[in-house]
Amino acid sequence: MREPARKISVRCEVNGKAVTLEDYPMARLLDVLREQLALTGTKEGCGEGECGACSVEMDGALVNSCLIPVLQAEGAKIRTIEGVASDDCLHAVQQAFITHGGAQCGICTPGMILAAVNLLARHPQPTDGEIREGLAGNLCRCTGYMKIFESVVEACRPQSAGSRPERRS
Amino acid sequence: MPAAISGQQAGAAVVRSYLPSYQMEAPRDLAAALDRMAREPGAWQPLAGGTDLMVLLEAGKLPQRRFLSIWKLPELRGIEVTPEHVTLGALTTYTEIQRDEILGREFPLLARAAAETGGIATQNRGTLGGNIANASPAADSPPALLVYDAELELVSAKGARWQRYHGFHAGYKQHALRPDELIRRIRLPRAQRWSTQYYRKVGTRRAQAISKVCFAAAARVDAGRVADVCLALGSVAPTVLRATETEKHLRGDLLTRGVIENAQRMLAREIAPIDDMRSTARYRLRVAQNLLAEFLEMVAH
Repeated sequence: MREPARKISVRCEVNGKAVTLEDYPMARLLDVLREQLALTGTKEGCGEGECGACSVEMDGALVNSCLIPVLQAEGAKIRTIEGVASDDCLHAVQQAFITHGGAQCGICTPGMILAAVNLLARHPQPTDGEIREGLAGNLCRCTGYMKIFESVVEACRPQSAGSRPERRS
Repeated sequence: MPAAISGQQAGAAVVRSYLPSYQMEAPRDLAAALDRMAREPGAWQPLAGGTDLMVLLEAGKLPQRRFLSIWKLPELRGIEVTPEHVTLGALTTYTEIQRDEILGREFPLLARAAAETGGIATQNRGTLGGNIANASPAADSPPALLVYDAELELVSAKGARWQRYHGFHAGYKQHALRPDELIRRIRLPRAQRWSTQYYRKVGTRRAQAISKVCFAAAARVDAGRVADVCLALGSVAPTVLRATETEKHLRGDLLTRGVIENAQRMLAREIAPIDDMRSTARYRLRVAQNLLAEFLEMVAH
């Protein structure tokens, strides 16, 4: 009988804060974020990388946190939905979701917003096609896709209310 | 807190895997990884972006118990260009494939396959080497690799060897890796002379679906005749395959209606589609034949 795995310490940065996570190496980043850091904005939808509800940014790249073993988060910079607004100022995408009814039941919303924020960081002025492609990995079971799409279109406009889409190097 | 415990606390049916029974290590470099695999051949399963293996973990269907995280091995990254080849590190992601200008220009079928694989999050984590090693007959990039006659560099603590990708999968979910070997690089010869290239994936929906049929092909036409042709298919047999008999039949021929119809009949003898949860054998055969005709009509015009 093989020895059971031991818990490991994983040092990383979550929403700008250095943290040390303790868990089994194959624990899913999704569960560790929710249960150890109480960052419950990240949702579990399908648990198999199809729906995007658990989307977070890892070193600037959009990933499904249900498919990341926590061991691989060592040294990573992670951003969850809780890290998207700055202080009291909503991100332009968040504001646009409120204004345009981009959220219905809300389960897909954190992932949708992270996918949109990540898209705008890569393409500050995306075409309609790029928006659709940028959100293709995020499923909405309420099927509110048009409102979500319109929210992202609105967030890209220069005169959009709230803060502008952030630019990162 | 491990996921399994939280599931029990919530009173939910627990089907997911028991985390303490899964070990994972992250070797600091390729030599350390190969050393581990040499000392206990077959005991350690490499895990790169996790887009296939982590799905099995969550479903409680992951047979292996010990994993080597190879995601950060620098020796398996990067795209290198020489006059003869474009060589991709096994950990090249679908996102990196799409961003590479030379791949887009010279190997458009591979760039197309990368764009058709999953959504952005999957493209950021899924790797070309992982797609090959996972050995699924429904994988999106292997048909493109077959058209371009890719070669794989397989490495172990004993050394490295190059092998053609064509023939790498002997059967369903099988591959020619030895238990102590990793795929290090994938090499594409640049001397490709195709006048028409074609990639089409047919799934339940246009984005983010696993294919019912995947078809990648290329042809060169000389004075109206097929000088060379390559046909590769996914999801229609236990492995991805080249339709070599149909190719032979087409070489040197004028693409008349009769020749195309005959090629469709030959293709039916070369593939072995099945009924499964994604489609039926009958539908797959019909679609594969239609895609072949669409491609050949494109070549003819």
